[in-house]
Amino acid sequence: MKILKQIAQCLETGDDAAVPPLVSQALAEGLVPKTILDEGLIAGMNTVGERFRIHEIFLPDVLMAARAMYAGMDILKPLLIRSGISSRGRVVIGSVQGDLHDIGKNLVGIMLKGAGFEVIDLGNDVGAEKFVAAAKDHGALAIGMSALLTTTMPVMKEVVDRLKAEKLSDRIKTIIGGAPVSKGYADEIGADAYGYDCAQAVAGVKKLAEAVG
Amino acid sequence: MIDFPLARLQPLPAAVYAALGLKSGGSPSPRSAALLQRALELFRENSEPRGICEPVAAGEFAGIYAGRGQNAPDTPLTGIFQRAASLHLFAFTLGARISHAIGLLFEHDDFALGAVLDAVASVGADNAGRIAAEWAERQVAAENSAAADRAFLYSPGYCGWHISGQEKLFASLRPERIGISLNTSFLMNPLKSISGVLVTGTAAIHRFSTVYPFCDQCKSPACRERATARPA
Repeated sequence: MKILKQIAQCLETGDDAAVPPLVSQALAEGLVPKTILDEGLIAGMNTVGERFRIHEIFLPDVLMAARAMYAGMDILKPLLIRSGISSRGRVVIGSVQGDLHDIGKNLVGIMLKGAGFEVIDLGNDVGAEKFVAAAKDHGALAIGMSALLTTTMPVMKEVVDRLKAEKLSDRIKTIIGGAPVSKGYADEIGADAYGYDCAQAVAGVKKLAEAVG
Repeated sequence: MIDFPLARLQPLPAAVYAALGLKSGGSPSPRSAALLQRALELFRENSEPRGICEPVAAGEFAGIYAGRGQNAPDTPLTGIFQRAASLHLFAFTLGARISHAIGLLFEHDDFALGAVLDAVASVGADNAGRIAAEWAERQVAAENSAAADRAFLYSPGYCGWHISGQEKLFASLRPERIGISLNTSFLMNPLKSISGVLVTGTAAIHRFSTVYPFCDQCKSPACRERATARPA
């Protein structure tokens, strides 16, 4: 459909003013919200994500695309909810206790929403108990944790250990990231995935979503 | 007193693009370039730069550097500060207003501008370290006519100096006077703040081989200290 391609293209160029009227036009043409979401907005974001991954574009371009996606979602979201169409899954995210840095975590959240996930952002300075409680309350498939300080990284292990102790680790997965965090550390504490950057984090959550089913 | 003029704190575009992950040789889109100009305006409007710097004797600094005893067993700074011509404890902040401005941009879904302003502020705060280092170099040159001396800022949390070292550094320097506080994780608030020790000495004392275990995990291979240490 031409209109869906136009939506995807406007998203790729970060034209947040053009996306809402195009989404409205697509609805007026009789397209269902889920199709507009999947073949317009998410298709556009997927292209943006891939171009970012291969360094054809860089972060501000991705974020402008995300803003355009949000503008389109403002129209679609009530319709999707009314139609009973669910997201790809819920992900709880936050910066761990003691850490006030949240830019990296925010970027991951924005990218996850762009990929069709529902994001519950707990903010910063989040303790292990709160992460696990929120994941249970919201039926999240994964918990994403960010740490910028070596001193706060142990909270990540606390979350992993709590999930194991409560026998939740099969259905609530963990993904970690942040400057001092590494794949080695993720393996060491038993986290399910590691994201070097926001693009890797989204790819990691997609894999976790497939694993959880 | 060190003066921190905004014109000198304001980062160069290339440094901001690098901080945002633009690969060397890459060129930003015209829209990204426009965002940077807007972010620089916001940086100038919202920065409230304040810094303090005080001399410290090597013996006293040894106690501060030891911190809670959590440093890596072997660190480059141990060998560097003992050979310095002068040492100054240093702290600087851009103030709380700029962090608030960044938060507001994200709240209003202006992610791109928020991320660019965040990068501008981070690079701007780092620039304060360079300004302070140049000030320290001038001090030593005035006292000793040692114009070739170089100063670099070394900070807790880097190069094996455990971040808990902030505790003793703060107890000695008292950056609370300029509005910087520490949380229980030794994180500075406002976020766009830097601290550490300015070590002034010959260029040779700053050189070290990047063979320490923490060098392998370092995600800032272009940091000032290591860039200086590497052979041309």
